[in-house]
Amino acid sequence: MRPLPLAMALALIASPALSTTIEVTIDKLVFSPASIQAKVGDTIEWTNNDILAHTATVKGGWDVMIPPKSKGKVMLKAAGAVDYFCRFHPNMKGHIEVAP
Amino acid sequence: MFMRPTATLAALFFVSTVPLALAAEKPTDPQIAHIAYTADAIDIEAAKLAIKKSKNREVVDFAKDMERDHEAVNKQALDLVKKLKVTPEDNDTSKALAKAAKEERAKLAKLKGAAFDKAYIDNEVAYHKQVNGALETLLIPSASNAELKSLLETGLKIFQGHEQHAEHVAGMLK
Repeated sequence: MRPLPLAMALALIASPALSTTIEVTIDKLVFSPASIQAKVGDTIEWTNNDILAHTATVKGGWDVMIPPKSKGKVMLKAAGAVDYFCRFHPNMKGHIEVAP
Repeated sequence: MFMRPTATLAALFFVSTVPLALAAEKPTDPQIAHIAYTADAIDIEAAKLAIKKSKNREVVDFAKDMERDHEAVNKQALDLVKKLKVTPEDNDTSKALAKAAKEERAKLAKLKGAAFDKAYIDNEVAYHKQVNGALETLLIPSASNAELKSLLETGLKIFQGHEQHAEHVAGMLK
């Protein structure tokens, strides 16, 4: 069986879906899932279950405040891989692969 | 493997790194609760001093983060001890922590401007490192109640985050 060309495979995955919202949970200073795959136009929404305020921050990029027991979100505008962290607790780390 | 001549040296090393010159015995849960609460309260006091004295935005923001986080943690700690019907019990470690903190605050109170900022942040790095060491090697392993242990484990992650945050601010002051 011939493997599908990559572009076609991506098109098959991406074509039926409009922009979606991807949920990330924060619990005891951990982003979960820590690594996610998204595409330009998708929204990431963090739900913070901690009693502490957190941020999702990309160095030189976006910075989202996520208050305690609350939510924060960002719409992904650029393709590429980004690492993000919490400015208040830099040991909290996450990763997003953004497809065009 | 411990029969090598370095064993004595290693033993000395372990003794000298026991944090905070803690008492030889394992602390009880009421003592651990008191130590953890004291450690938090100390950092809140230091933060209040920095918010009042510093003119550096990064330093003031950091201090506000410390005040907010440690107050939230202490509120959770108080809720837990109430639920567990544990009365926090003063002890030599809490006393040693409080005494050292009082001396540090007196030292900081005399400083101004950039000298204050540097001393405050350097102390925050050292203080969080010291408390993390105590949590990891003594308080968490000694805690017998599972909920207290879990709170301390989360506390360790918060403090490790603060240590990195403080190191970042220290790097910017240079």
